[in-house]
Amino acid sequence: MVKISKKPACDCGCNGDGASPSEKKHPGLQPDFIIGSYPSGEKSVPLVSTTWSRTDRLSALKVRWSIGRMHYKVDPGIYAVGKPGDQSLVFVTANYKLSFDHLRRGLDGLDAWILVLDTKGINVWCAAGKGTFGTKELVRRIRIHHLADLVTHRRIILPQLSATGVAAHEVKKMTGFSVTYGPVRAVDIKAFLDSGLKAGERMRTVTFSLADRLKLIPVDIFYAKYYLLLIPALFFLLSGLNPHGYSIEMAVETGSRSILNLFAGYLSGCALTPILLPWIPFRRFSLKGLLVGWLVALFLMGAGTLGNNAVEIGSWFLIMGGLSSFMAMNFTGSSTFTSLSGVQKEMKTAIPVQITMTALGLAGWIFTRFIIL
Amino acid sequence: MDIHQIYYPMKEFIYLPDVVTLELDREKCNGCRMCLTVCPHAVFEIKDKKAVIRHKDQCMECGACAKNCPQEAITVRSGVGCAAGILNGILRGTEPTCDCSKDSGSCC
Repeated sequence: MVKISKKPACDCGCNGDGASPSEKKHPGLQPDFIIGSYPSGEKSVPLVSTTWSRTDRLSALKVRWSIGRMHYKVDPGIYAVGKPGDQSLVFVTANYKLSFDHLRRGLDGLDAWILVLDTKGINVWCAAGKGTFGTKELVRRIRIHHLADLVTHRRIILPQLSATGVAAHEVKKMTGFSVTYGPVRAVDIKAFLDSGLKAGERMRTVTFSLADRLKLIPVDIFYAKYYLLLIPALFFLLSGLNPHGYSIEMAVETGSRSILNLFAGYLSGCALTPILLPWIPFRRFSLKGLLVGWLVALFLMGAGTLGNNAVEIGSWFLIMGGLSSFMAMNFTGSSTFTSLSGVQKEMKTAIPVQITMTALGLAGWIFTRFIIL
Repeated sequence: MDIHQIYYPMKEFIYLPDVVTLELDREKCNGCRMCLTVCPHAVFEIKDKKAVIRHKDQCMECGACAKNCPQEAITVRSGVGCAAGILNGILRGTEPTCDCSKDSGSCC
C-alpha cells in the first residue's frame, strides 16, 4: 500500500497488456463465464453468468495453491449482468479473475453493469495499495468505455477496499461520477442495496476469520519455492558426513530426521501459527512463531526425532525457532491488520535474532557431524 | 450480542500499540464521514459533528482515509504492513513494496 512514484518494471509477467493469456493462446475461444452478448448502444458487451462453473471453482482452488496465480485475469472493460438498462447500477472491480468472480456471484438476480479496470491481474486491495486500482485508471476507463453514454445516472459503486487507491472527490471532479463505496465483501452487495446503498459497520470492517487465514496459508507455504527442495537435499547430503568419512546409512537416517525437523519448523511458522493466530500469546508475529516453533520442537524431542545428543537437539531448537519465527513474521503480509510502522518495528529486533539463531543452530548441527558426543 | 462478534473476533486482532502514524486535524474536518466509510477497521467515529480517532491501534496505515478526505485533514504514512515487502524494499533499495521482482516472482 505504498505510493510508488516510479513504477518499477515487472518481470513476472503480471504487467501484461491486460488481455488474458488464454485469449492469446486460443484466439476466438471465450471464457465460459461469458454466456452471450448484450446490446449497449450500437455495440454489444459480454453478458456474464452469476454462478460459478466447475472450471471457475477448480481454478479458484488452483490459484489459492499458487498455480497460475499471476496469470489469472479477465479482460478490462464493460460487462452486463441480467438485463441492465441506462438506469442500472455500475459496479467496478479489478481484473484479477477471483475478484471478478466474487463480484458477478454477488450480483446474482440483479440487472447491473460491471466495469473491470486493468489492475494487471491483481486483486482489489493490493492493486489499490499499488495504485493500479487508482483514480487515474478509473477515470481513464470511465472515459474510454463512455460510461456517461451507457447510463443516465452519475453514480458508480466501488468495493470499499479500493479506497486506498481511489480518491472519490477527485473522480467526481474529473468525470462527474460520484463514487459510492460498497461493502468489503461482494456477498454483502444485496444487503447493501436493500439498505439504500448504505454499508453498516460490519459490512465495512475487514475480518480475519479462520476461513480467511486458511485460504492464505498455501501461498505462504510456497514462499520458499525451489528452496523447499534444495535445502532439505543439502541437509540430506551433509547428514552423511562423520568423523570417519561419509556414510550413506547416516545420510538416510540422520538426513530424513533432519528433513522432518526442517519442515516442522517451516510449517510451524507458515501454517500452524496462522491457524492459531488469535489464540497464541504475544502481539508480534515473530514471537508467536518462535513459541509455536519451540512447542513443535519440544514435541519432536519427546518423539525422539530431534537429535541424538544435547548439541544436536539444541541446534534444532535454534534452527526451528528461527525459521518458524521468520515465516510467522512473513504472514504479516497476508494479515489484514498489521501496519507498516508496526512491522518495521517488529523486524528491527526480530531479523537479527532470527539470523543469529539460525546461524548458531546450523553451526551447532554441522559441529555434531564431525564430533562424536 | 451481535453474531458477527463471535464469528469475527476482530478485537483480538490488534497489532503493536503506539506505533501508528495516523493523525487527524479536527480543525480542518467538515464532518463528511468519508473516513468512517472507507476505514476497514472502524478507527474513526463522529463526535460533535466532526471525526475523531477512536481506536488508533487498530489502524493498519492503508491510507484510504487520507486519500479520500476532501479537506486533507488526515495524514498517515501509508504502506504495506508486510515483512516480505519491507525486506524486498531493503534489498532493492526502494520503499517497502510487494511489487513483483525477478527474485520473488510474486505479485500480491
